[in-house]
Amino acid sequence: MTITINGKETALVEKPSRTVESLLDELEVAQRQYVTVEFNGEILERDAFVNTQVKSGDTLEFLYFMGGGL
Amino acid sequence: MLTEEQIERYSRHIMLKEIGGKGQQRLFDGRVLIIGAGGLGSPIALYLAAAGIGSIGIADADDVDLSNLQRQVIHFTSDVGKPKVESAREKMLAINPAAQIRTYKEWVSAANIIDIISDYDFVIDGTDNFAAKFLINDACVLSGIPYSHGGILQFDGQTMTVKPGESACYRCIFPEPPPKDAIPTCSQAGVIGVLPGVLGTIQATEAIKFLLGKGDLLTNRLLTYNALRMKFREIPLKRNPSCPICGEHPTITAVKDELDALTVCDL
Repeated sequence: MTITINGKETALVEKPSRTVESLLDELEVAQRQYVTVEFNGEILERDAFVNTQVKSGDTLEFLYFMGGGL
Repeated sequence: MLTEEQIERYSRHIMLKEIGGKGQQRLFDGRVLIIGAGGLGSPIALYLAAAGIGSIGIADADDVDLSNLQRQVIHFTSDVGKPKVESAREKMLAINPAAQIRTYKEWVSAANIIDIISDYDFVIDGTDNFAAKFLINDACVLSGIPYSHGGILQFDGQTMTVKPGESACYRCIFPEPPPKDAIPTCSQAGVIGVLPGVLGTIQATEAIKFLLGKGDLLTNRLLTYNALRMKFREIPLKRNPSCPICGEHPTITAVKDELDALTVCDL
């Protein structure tokens, strides 16, 4: 299946079930305790990661804190 | 009425149909607060002074350090040891003697921020720690004052503009600050010196556009920039109904100091 991650089309191996939670592990997403996930245009609550199924055509953005400035 | 000297100084603005004499007058009447006189604050302060923004506030408790000079272009070698707000004020006045500069040699906190921002039309976040970034968001949202968020690290930057009650705020995306020391910061992880020049100039552009009432602000969009790959990306955002400060059932109704995040950037 193909999903869009951070603006890039990404092909993933077929799996019977794939949640946002398992996708974060599969992709070894950096700083996973702090990453904000935008799922099909909506910010996903952290406790919804386990129950949100990822399907072909979904769009995900991983958003990170950036604290610098001085 | 603009004087002859003003007409000449701002001629390249005045000839733009989006600005003209009327727009330049709006800039003269504009009041912008810059929080942080560092990497982001440097280009912001220089450009806003040059643009003729009538009243500019600049807040920072720090003194200029030798390690600042690689990117904080408003401060010169001879300024090392001087309060950053003083150093900044001197350069802003050298560019534009007509600018009214108000300096705040203090860190913003829950105790002073509401009072400080109330004198301004637009606020720019040029700080380097999450405690300040969340505090600025909360104070601006609660006070209904639009602001520009900016963040930089290593080769990456991000910025967004927040119009309280109309567009997504920082807490719509990041409900709570990360715990202390969870996320690396510029002083720990480094930053390429030109990066705040790019991001700060975008933030200053937003302030100017807001005062002019022209164009489209960077609202409901997070603009990210990577200097190594030389790529800009725009991530569409919308207000989050469960945002703790601007959502349907806000749990934050007053400003608070995020003590856990306070020393994140090793101030």
